[in-house]
Amino acid sequence: MRLGYILRRFIFLVFVIWTAATVLFFIPRLSRVNPIRERFAALARSTGYMPADLDNIIKNFELKFGLDKPLPQQYVDYMGSVLRGDLGVSLMSYPKTVVQLIGEALPWTLGLLSVTTVLTFLLGTAVGALAGWPKSPNWVKSMVTPLIVLAAIPPQVLGLLLIYFIAFRMKLLPMAGAYSIGVEPGHLTVSLILDVLKHAILPAAALIIAYIGFWALGMRGMGVTVQGEDYVLFAEHKGLKQSRIFYWYYVRNAILPQVTSLALAFGGIIGAGILVEVTFGFPGIGSTLGSAIASNDYFVIYGIGFITIFAVGVSMLVVDLIYPLLDPRISYERK
Amino acid sequence: MTQAVLEVSNLGVSYYTDAGRTRAVDGVNLTLYAGERLGLVGESGCGKSTMALALMRMIKPPGRIESGSAIIGDEKDRVDLLKLSEAEMLQARLSRIAYIPQGAMNSLNPVMRISSQMLDAMKAHLPKASNAELMERAEESIASVELKRSVMHMYPHELSGGMKQRVCIAIGILLSPKVIIADEPTSALDVVVQRQVMETIVRVQEKIGATVILIGHDMGLMCQITSRVAVMYAGKLVELSTVREMFSDPMHPYAKALIASLPSLENKGVFRGIPGLAPSLLRLPSGCVFHPRCEYAMDVCKTTAPQQAVTPSGRYVFCHLYDEHGNKAPNTPLTKAQPVTV
Repeated sequence: MRLGYILRRFIFLVFVIWTAATVLFFIPRLSRVNPIRERFAALARSTGYMPADLDNIIKNFELKFGLDKPLPQQYVDYMGSVLRGDLGVSLMSYPKTVVQLIGEALPWTLGLLSVTTVLTFLLGTAVGALAGWPKSPNWVKSMVTPLIVLAAIPPQVLGLLLIYFIAFRMKLLPMAGAYSIGVEPGHLTVSLILDVLKHAILPAAALIIAYIGFWALGMRGMGVTVQGEDYVLFAEHKGLKQSRIFYWYYVRNAILPQVTSLALAFGGIIGAGILVEVTFGFPGIGSTLGSAIASNDYFVIYGIGFITIFAVGVSMLVVDLIYPLLDPRISYERK
Repeated sequence: MTQAVLEVSNLGVSYYTDAGRTRAVDGVNLTLYAGERLGLVGESGCGKSTMALALMRMIKPPGRIESGSAIIGDEKDRVDLLKLSEAEMLQARLSRIAYIPQGAMNSLNPVMRISSQMLDAMKAHLPKASNAELMERAEESIASVELKRSVMHMYPHELSGGMKQRVCIAIGILLSPKVIIADEPTSALDVVVQRQVMETIVRVQEKIGATVILIGHDMGLMCQITSRVAVMYAGKLVELSTVREMFSDPMHPYAKALIASLPSLENKGVFRGIPGLAPSLLRLPSGCVFHPRCEYAMDVCKTTAPQQAVTPSGRYVFCHLYDEHGNKAPNTPLTKAQPVTV
């Protein structure tokens, strides 16, 4: 029955992505902002040049990008091209395609966010597990509280504080960007890697500090429940060592919901750091999406939205498929 | 059968709560003999489970074992469980004294196979033994509780309640402990399975020659299985007698009331409860803790706690109605007049 389950789950995934993509298609169209007019406004701001027959030019561009057609027709056309793997062109950075833009930004985002997500998960889960364990010293148990306070502060605000104190006042680390100005990030050299790492510390710190409390709280909550379970008590009655009980009876059971959250966090990786990326001028997907929204660059918004939905959907599928390996109570075999 | 294997004396356990100190177990004396089955009965909150946990040294804060000793073993190898170091106690659990839990439904780790849960228990005590050796021992244990060998490779959720309870028993006897404490081992099971599980406990106990303390409420089950019964009330052991004596001639008024409350074939439909409620352990009555509910209460009961009386046959009773040898004391409601029926 396993194959049948995967197939059903996959059809569901396609349905989820299609529904979300449809909703996403119409949202930017509610805005009165015309991306082509925005493009010329930007041009005028930087060069002082404003074409005389702007309305005519805009009409021509709309014709070229198919924006003159009725909205339902545009929807069908766009969905068709997505199916063919074509996400269209950027209206603001024409002639760059959306795929090119995403290709440039995605590695930065994946690099920053996957490392911080894993680190945050490990640290937060460890703190939460220790905080929920009755034999931990009191100072460990009370560690969760300040982390929750920090979790209430949005990461971009923490980012601003870090920029102000560490980058601006103390001048310990660079303020913004992913690498120093003048460095060509094409060739991998030791100095480039060090430069990139140095630039990544502050945005990573903002994300870790802001999200660690979430993981610690989740793990502590489960831990407190599990440590009172009969099987943990019976393990003590068996005369097992504390370390054995801690890892194999306590953490092993308490961590199950954390794994679900981790997979979902991975799915949400693209969206999680948008504001932090904007704050730090980090050239990732978040910054790209931020400027696309500002100028209502339809196809870039669609493209990034689409891969975000896709990532969430796929990671949910992955969680469902790996869960039986973690929890024997869950099985897709039909009994 | 006269060899003592567990001598508990003056055991006291208190819980320190915000509302004050509660004496959950207070001055309990108890001697268990090799191969016997002792029933420990009493209403909820009377300290049965606390006593079991104290013997396992599993009392958690705010609870504390405050007094007493619990000497386990024969002449060759005697230790006081309450004086062992933490590390020694870790070794003593399961190998000297094992505990079969109340909530067997939930007592097995849901993400580990039965075999792993048996192996880790043995490895904690026999680090040098080979896996094959331990597996063999585990299989033997599983067979002795009448489970199929295939159960070893299953997860707890694949087993029924009765099977899980049997697995817990199999784990309990892995290292042939001297004493097995079974804390309401059948409370979550239906009556048919209850009986089977009880029979299994008796059989494995006889096989390994252990002594069993059976904790429970079910007087019927107790009288079929055990040889002696101890009755606890508000943290105190009020009477300890053989099953026959307990059912035919209970001495302590609480034991009398407990036995009288059982439905019998003769008095169909007639139930006698025990008036009043068990006292809060925070505010115990003065004198004898049972006096507010006792139909034989005298003036002395309100002021003085009774001393332990031991009859020539070895029964213990704590009651002013008896002298120190367990004979009916003169001038008490028992000897003077008919009891007032409530």
